[in-house]
Amino acid sequence: MSSSPSPSSSPPASPSSSGQQHPIGLYLKVWGLLFVLSTLSYLVDYFHFQGYLRWGLILAFMLLKAGLIVAVFMHMAWERLALVYAILVPPLAVLVLVGLMAAEADHTFITRLLFFR
Amino acid sequence: MNTTLSMASPPSAAASASAAVGWRGLVSDWSSDREAFHVSWGKAMMWIFLLSDTFIFSCFLTGYMTVRVSTTVPWPNPSQVFALHVGGAEVPLLLIAIMTFVLISSSGTMAMAVNCAYRRDRINAAALMIVTATLGETFVAMQAFEWSKLILEEGIRPWGNPMGAAQFGSAFFMITGFHGLHVTAGVIYLLVVATRLLRGRYEQTGNYQIVEIAGLYWHFVDLVWVFIFALFYLW
Repeated sequence: MSSSPSPSSSPPASPSSSGQQHPIGLYLKVWGLLFVLSTLSYLVDYFHFQGYLRWGLILAFMLLKAGLIVAVFMHMAWERLALVYAILVPPLAVLVLVGLMAAEADHTFITRLLFFR
Repeated sequence: MNTTLSMASPPSAAASASAAVGWRGLVSDWSSDREAFHVSWGKAMMWIFLLSDTFIFSCFLTGYMTVRVSTTVPWPNPSQVFALHVGGAEVPLLLIAIMTFVLISSSGTMAMAVNCAYRRDRINAAALMIVTATLGETFVAMQAFEWSKLILEEGIRPWGNPMGAAQFGSAFFMITGFHGLHVTAGVIYLLVVATRLLRGRYEQTGNYQIVEIAGLYWHFVDLVWVFIFALFYLW
């Protein structure tokens, strides 16, 4: 995967296009934050939180961790909006699939209760 | 990209159409000499690959949600299934927690490898990438341990298990197996790039973006684990 002679792959002259160089301290902070968030989500299970509190906390920590990884480790925070939207918007379509399949699964569940028990 | 530059005459419409030959011509015609993202092709392609991979894992997790919601048999409690005996006490999800921390640490070392690579410190970049690959391999080894424990001691199979819903096994082996495959591929990828760094392959061009591109893949593997950890193990 050596670089082709395209103009945008020049060495870190233009930080917006190719050279994503950021202070190591930032990476270390995010690293520590990810550790803390992982510990917190583990503690949710350890202390047996139940119901909406459990699911809310799990989802909140999950999304925070995912956001930190994508934004800082994968440098999405410094990319151009054209790339950010091209990558981050399409996965939202998955939410439609999740909604449809949740309705479908509920329906299957009720049908099974009615006819197979 | 600049196939028309080599022509002596000023580019008329007919001349530029005939200048584009072969695959290179096809690509330049279709892209109309434009770049949408202003990043190198390698980075753009890696992002697009990761986008497609996102959909694959999303489909797995959605399928898991569907079978879990629709089953009338109780779902095995992951907190107990994945518990470890430490000193006589049962610690829930201990191995999974350790695996999570190992993978996050590997993401951290990978980010620092990218930083070193852009400072053209190729020795440290390669060393950090090898550390990352080692942590990744540790993760895979712990996963192999977990799988053999579940299969041999707890009798979990893709078609059934003694604890409850039969779909637990198929969802578990499919999702974690596919993720483990990604980690394994990532370890190989990182080692290949690290070897090339050490051999000085990128010294001539001074372009070390390959490390960032490999890093994108590795962080994605960590990202997927965040979702698997939350939705499969903790839910």
